[in-house]
Amino acid sequence: MDDDLVFKALADGSRRLLLDRLHRKNGQTLSDLCQGLEMSRQAVAKHLVLLEEANLVAVQWSGREKLHFINPVPINEIAERWIVKFEQPRLRALSALKGALEKAKPPKN
Amino acid sequence: MPHSQFVYVTFIRTTPEKLWAALTEREFTEQYWFGVHQESDWQPGSAWKMIFRDGRVADAGEIVEIDRPRRMVLKWRNEFRPELKAEGYSRCVMELEPMGETVKLTISHSIEKDQSQMIEAVSGGWPRILSNLKSLLETGKVLMTEK
Repeated sequence: MDDDLVFKALADGSRRLLLDRLHRKNGQTLSDLCQGLEMSRQAVAKHLVLLEEANLVAVQWSGREKLHFINPVPINEIAERWIVKFEQPRLRALSALKGALEKAKPPKN
Repeated sequence: MPHSQFVYVTFIRTTPEKLWAALTEREFTEQYWFGVHQESDWQPGSAWKMIFRDGRVADAGEIVEIDRPRRMVLKWRNEFRPELKAEGYSRCVMELEPMGETVKLTISHSIEKDQSQMIEAVSGGWPRILSNLKSLLETGKVLMTEK
């Protein structure tokens, strides 16, 4: 999946709001998502298309209803690329420290 | 109707056959699924189990539908956390669709219960499993070996 599409889709407050709403309640229709928003139905529909193209939203049909689900997989890939790998040296350092300290412990009588 | 569901989608540069093998065969799942493996003869109606490295049963259920290498439906119940086991069986649908150079893998997991703790628990695990699976198939290496 194209990272640019993911970052572009996330670079908009309205689209992040739609993702937050899906996180709170997954599997909503376009009408559900429009409720209580100061955005036109067309604007919400357009944002959903961009989110879908970025694979941040997955769609499933339930009878005649098109349901939208938040898809966290691309965000997880970003986290692993930009966060987790930077934590690893620190985690390794901690486990080396633990190993060294435990070895240095005086033997129990 | 009470319902909890998530749908996760990932695109992996591989073939449906290789992805199917990675989803079902022990030598692959142990690498990217944090040490668990599955036991089943992968026939409709057969039992299915997911086993931890130490031999405990993590989840168990039944193969509801199987159409290699396109679609699999599992009846799935947690077996090691009593409060999740009490929620009963969930349904996990895995679908593989070739899309150009990639395969679109869709995992949908649902249960007929509102605010299901079981669905919440499995939904937290899948993204890391799927990122690891993608990495294993595309580069031959997993990103993380421990949770």
